[in-house]
Amino acid sequence: MTAALQVEKLNRSFGALPVTRDVDLTLERGARHALIGPNGAGKTTLVNLITGVLKPHSGRVLLNGDDITGTSQAERARRGLARTFQINQLFRGLTVLENLTMTIGERDGECNNLWRPAGAKPSVIEEALDHLESLRLADDALRLVRELPYGRQRLVEIAIALAQKPRVLLLDEPAAGVPSSESHLILDVVAALDPEIAVLIIEHDMDVVFRFAKEITVLVQGAVFTHGTPQQIMADEQVRAVYLGEEGHKVAGASHG
Amino acid sequence: MAVSDIETAAAAPASAASTASARARATAFLAKRHHLRWWEALPWLLIIAAYFIFPDRLTFGTQVLIGIMFALSLDLILGYAGIVTLGHALFFGIGAYTVALLTARWNWGEPISSMLLAILLSSLAGLVSGWFLLRYRNLTLLMLTLAAAILVQEAGNYRSDITGGYDGVPGMEIWKLFGVFENDLYGHTYYIYVGVLLLIVWYIVRRIVYSPYGAALTGIRENVRRMHAIGSPVHWRLVTAYTIAAGIAGMAGALFAQSTAYTTLGVFDFDNSAKVMVMLILGGTGRLYGAFIGATVYLVLEDHLSKLSPTFWQFGIGLLLVLTVLFARRGLLGLLEDALKYFGRGAKS
Repeated sequence: MTAALQVEKLNRSFGALPVTRDVDLTLERGARHALIGPNGAGKTTLVNLITGVLKPHSGRVLLNGDDITGTSQAERARRGLARTFQINQLFRGLTVLENLTMTIGERDGECNNLWRPAGAKPSVIEEALDHLESLRLADDALRLVRELPYGRQRLVEIAIALAQKPRVLLLDEPAAGVPSSESHLILDVVAALDPEIAVLIIEHDMDVVFRFAKEITVLVQGAVFTHGTPQQIMADEQVRAVYLGEEGHKVAGASHG
Repeated sequence: MAVSDIETAAAAPASAASTASARARATAFLAKRHHLRWWEALPWLLIIAAYFIFPDRLTFGTQVLIGIMFALSLDLILGYAGIVTLGHALFFGIGAYTVALLTARWNWGEPISSMLLAILLSSLAGLVSGWFLLRYRNLTLLMLTLAAAILVQEAGNYRSDITGGYDGVPGMEIWKLFGVFENDLYGHTYYIYVGVLLLIVWYIVRRIVYSPYGAALTGIRENVRRMHAIGSPVHWRLVTAYTIAAGIAGMAGALFAQSTAYTTLGVFDFDNSAKVMVMLILGGTGRLYGAFIGATVYLVLEDHLSKLSPTFWQFGIGLLLVLTVLFARRGLLGLLEDALKYFGRGAKS
């Protein structure tokens, strides 16, 4: 069976600084894969390389067995690769509903139509509302995105990605910036994702990672440090050292600050 | 919380009744948005009324209609797609010169066919320049569009034997409309002609901005990174809009040249690009009718103030622009909407 997403020997540097080094990563269909690592390990860079925001200096990215290394970001999205952003990238001045209808419109090629009124296709609106309902956003459908609390905006991020009907979904810290009292809402949604979709999640909260992921890749200084099941990673002394070191720094930093 | 709890929690629908009514409201909102509202007849009623109220000012009125058309074309790219440009006069100028050179050099003064050619050539210029320039954004794009207009203007100046340079194209002779209607001294013919064409252009632009394609343009303005991520061919979308806007601007230029029977290289001036942008910002961007209000207010003010003080009239327009940008960010139209909302609330309470 061809993997949903395969990354082979990916390399990228910013100037003299290598930020992605010989990274290999495979997501089978329906995978639940977590990407963890200390700050600055190159996790978001890797997502940007996979989605085509950045071009790799060497290596390949395969989506369902097709080499997509040279294709544009939009082309990859049309082939079923969707992502969410660590920092919201939403259409803030539009309603939640329009954020979704536009996504569906671009997915189906509707947006090539310059003449038909956008609201004239009930099926698009129905589908958008279905997505919003499944994320409990239906009551906010007609509110402007910028008027929503941050936690609900994070849900719109996920709703947009799901409206793309992706086969591979990359979640870049979906609960980042959300107070812990609300983050469970987002994590519930992540846990309930369609089992057909291959999911790669970047997440700092180890409880979430160990609960959600069936596979974990640890990234350190741009390279794959290790890779395995949650049990293997949890038992790995070196990973603990890297993470405890990192956590130790954070605590120390906080007490100084 | 166990995963099974989570799944049931996420799947449990909110109360079915509230969901159904929320759905109905949301569907109605999008389905009715493109419907014509009663007040959208107002600009047209005013344009018709002006014909009867100011019968001796129709040549000026024609210039206002042309200004509206020009500003409307800018609204499509600036207001909806968020493309900043200081070179929009390039297309206006190409339209004007298509008409001017056709009559001066090839003795072809038939207004409709020369206008159609003007639309074709300016669209083509929009397509080619847009293809190169729209890879850039913001300040870079502002400078590049400005440079494009200057380059064409200077090329025209270099061959002033053909273009007439800043003295204008000599001997423009525009034929009768449909071979019947003369452009009379008072401008009745062209007021009606340009008015009808503006109605057609307005209808086309209105269809576009309410289409799925128009929604995608708004999306590019709101967040281009997200548009790439959802698979939108952003560059192609922008080039399309730029091409259409260039065609309409060229049409406005052609009508300008025909209505005044006069064209100089001044049509390419930076002034002309800046002026149309000021009109649009005054009126309000991204809402179609800002172009109507902005162009009318600007040109009427310019007309009055320049009679009042031929050397100092721009002060008045500058002041109005400063006040608009500081206190009415959504332009005069936005101010009008706020006022209506305010009084509407007052009447209810």
